[in-house]
Amino acid sequence: MAQPSAPPLLALSGVFKRFGAVQALTDVELEIHAGEVIALVGDNGAGKSTLVKVIAGVEPADTGTVEWRGHPVHIGRPHDAQHLGIATVYQDLALCDNLDVVGNLFLGRELSRIGVLDEVEMERRTRALLATLSIRIPDVRRPVVSLSGGQRQTVAISRALLGEPRLVMLDEPTAALGIEQTAQVLDLVERLRERGLGVLLISHNLGDVKAVADWVAVLRLGRNNGFFDVTTTSQEQIVSSITGASDNAVTRRVAREGEL
Amino acid sequence: MSVPGGSTVRGAVRFADTFGRRLGGGTIGSVPVVLGLLAIWAVFQILNPHFLSPRNLSNLSVDIVGTGMLALGVIFVLLVGEIDLSVGSVSGLASALYAVLNVNLGMAEPPAIVLGVLCGTAVGFVHGFFTAVVGVPAFVVTLAGLLGWYGLMLFIMGTYGTINLNDQGLVAQLTNYYFSDVAAAYALAALGTAGYFLTAWRGVKRRRAAGVPTRPPAVIALRTGALAVIAFAAAYVLNRFQGLPLALLIFLVVLVVLDYVLRRTTYGRMIFALGGGVEAARRAGINVAWVRTSAFMMSSTMAAIGGLFLASRINSVSQTSVTTDLLMNAIAAAVIGGTSLFGGRGSTWSALLGVLVIQSIASGVALMDIQTAVQFMITGGVLLLAVVIDSLSHRAQRAHGRA
Ligand SMILES: Nc1ncnc2c1ncn2[C@@H]1O[C@H](COP(=O)(O)OP(=O)(O)OP(=O)(O)O)[C@@H](O)[C@H]1O
Ligand SMILES: [Mg+2]
Repeated sequence: MAQPSAPPLLALSGVFKRFGAVQALTDVELEIHAGEVIALVGDNGAGKSTLVKVIAGVEPADTGTVEWRGHPVHIGRPHDAQHLGIATVYQDLALCDNLDVVGNLFLGRELSRIGVLDEVEMERRTRALLATLSIRIPDVRRPVVSLSGGQRQTVAISRALLGEPRLVMLDEPTAALGIEQTAQVLDLVERLRERGLGVLLISHNLGDVKAVADWVAVLRLGRNNGFFDVTTTSQEQIVSSITGASDNAVTRRVAREGEL
Repeated sequence: MSVPGGSTVRGAVRFADTFGRRLGGGTIGSVPVVLGLLAIWAVFQILNPHFLSPRNLSNLSVDIVGTGMLALGVIFVLLVGEIDLSVGSVSGLASALYAVLNVNLGMAEPPAIVLGVLCGTAVGFVHGFFTAVVGVPAFVVTLAGLLGWYGLMLFIMGTYGTINLNDQGLVAQLTNYYFSDVAAAYALAALGTAGYFLTAWRGVKRRRAAGVPTRPPAVIALRTGALAVIAFAAAYVLNRFQGLPLALLIFLVVLVVLDYVLRRTTYGRMIFALGGGVEAARRAGINVAWVRTSAFMMSSTMAAIGGLFLASRINSVSQTSVTTDLLMNAIAAAVIGGTSLFGGRGSTWSALLGVLVIQSIASGVALMDIQTAVQFMITGGVLLLAVVIDSLSHRAQRAHGRA
């Protein structure tokens, strides 16, 4: 656990986001410390992916404050988040179908000299990265459209780990993965925590959440609905917080106290 | 990842896989067009022995340039997943502007040429603005452009009717000048072959040094050999007529440069990224609106340049310079050559291949003195075939990816 004195890696407060008639996020707050895994859970449509996109600068918040390692920052574009060291695996993967694995990994941050791509070095680093993650992709020069769903997901995950991110957000990274690959991703999440990165993990699988997360943040209908210490909270409590079965001031209070 | 089941299944999967990749890939995807082109040439040669004569082939090599330039620009727009219906009108507008400035208003040629081309660039910016920033579908914006820029061209031409270009001028020379020294064509062939070989070989050395797998040297040798045969055969044929046409030289240089831009630069990577997934490109931090706008600017600029070559070919500009089949031919050339209508797949070489197919049909039909009606029907059929291949390969890729 991080020392109490260290400011959180990322602290959000008062985040609102509206899409037309849909109020996707209402007064959301969230803190992520370095070396911690926060699981973000909630029912379908609760606003989890929207929160991820807000942090990634893809869909900037309407209002809200963001602090990065104690300093207020503005994340208005994907580049802002990238420069801070925030890497994201989106739920829909956000890969370019026609580009090969190398092209996708380096998309938007290609290695180049005066605008000319350095394909050889990009391919070398891609192979090295895939090797350290023990990811097997038959051919890194193949367009990702021809990869299987699980392989595409592993490409999206490796894309997030390229460079030196400080915070990694994974939006349902194991949704398309088999048992073996899911275990690998969970191992990977633990390795990221050991390396001192902050991890925000979205998952509907509470078993996985219990296995790797330190804290669980619950979103319900676009609002915070509890923040739990995984080791001291039962699965039933989390479930009832997700579904709102015991949604009242008392449980919220208890949850807050757990957080402090 | 491993495929359970017998080796037959695995073999079938691997076959389907390579087939899909070949259909989808760059250079190998052009095999059907090349075969088609050879078939067209064979048929016309059988029907009329003058078809493959040096004179006809040399004329063909100049005739392709105007439309080919338009097709080169269209490829940029197709790659980002858009369409540009205005290229015919823009080419007419640019040549009209040039002709009025130079011939009628007495402006010196170089600035008149530059203004004509820049006029194209500006038009592309307007299209890009309405498409990428305002969000109007490109189909409608460029359809409006097709009418609007044609109208502007008529307006500029208004009082002049047909403008004859100065036949000693720069623009006239674009398609009239031939390097009659036989060395020129052979030098170009040698330069192209050597250039290809050296780049490929340097790539192999760099990849070996970095420890990444390389293409087998045999493949490079084979390709260099094939390129040498084609280049020197073409040089030989051209030299049997008037030598290397300046227009062809310019076209090939522009084609190779744009090919390099698309495949080897970050800008080209952004163009492809947009065609493969706009949302993914946006999330990667790519300025989608700007890249899309730039594609329209490329398209209109190339249309303007193509317009000058077309004007040069007939040595005049008139209100009938803009024909509807010019637009059709430019887009058809890109698609027949193997650039996908679905965005994200294609190369500048498809402009050369596609326009060769189209102009070969036109020239063959003209030689045989058949009605142009037949030419339209043949070209239409070829285009349909190309689009069918494009759609099937697109679907095959998707289906495989989802499996
Ligand atoms: N681009 C958008 N335009 C309009 N509404 C949107 C958009 N993105 C999200 N929403 C709405 O915002 C709400 C939250 O969506 P979000 O994708 O964040 O949910 P989620 O918690 O990730 O759900 P899931 O578990 O299904 O992934 C939903 O009601 C959704 O319809
Ligand atoms: Mg989601």
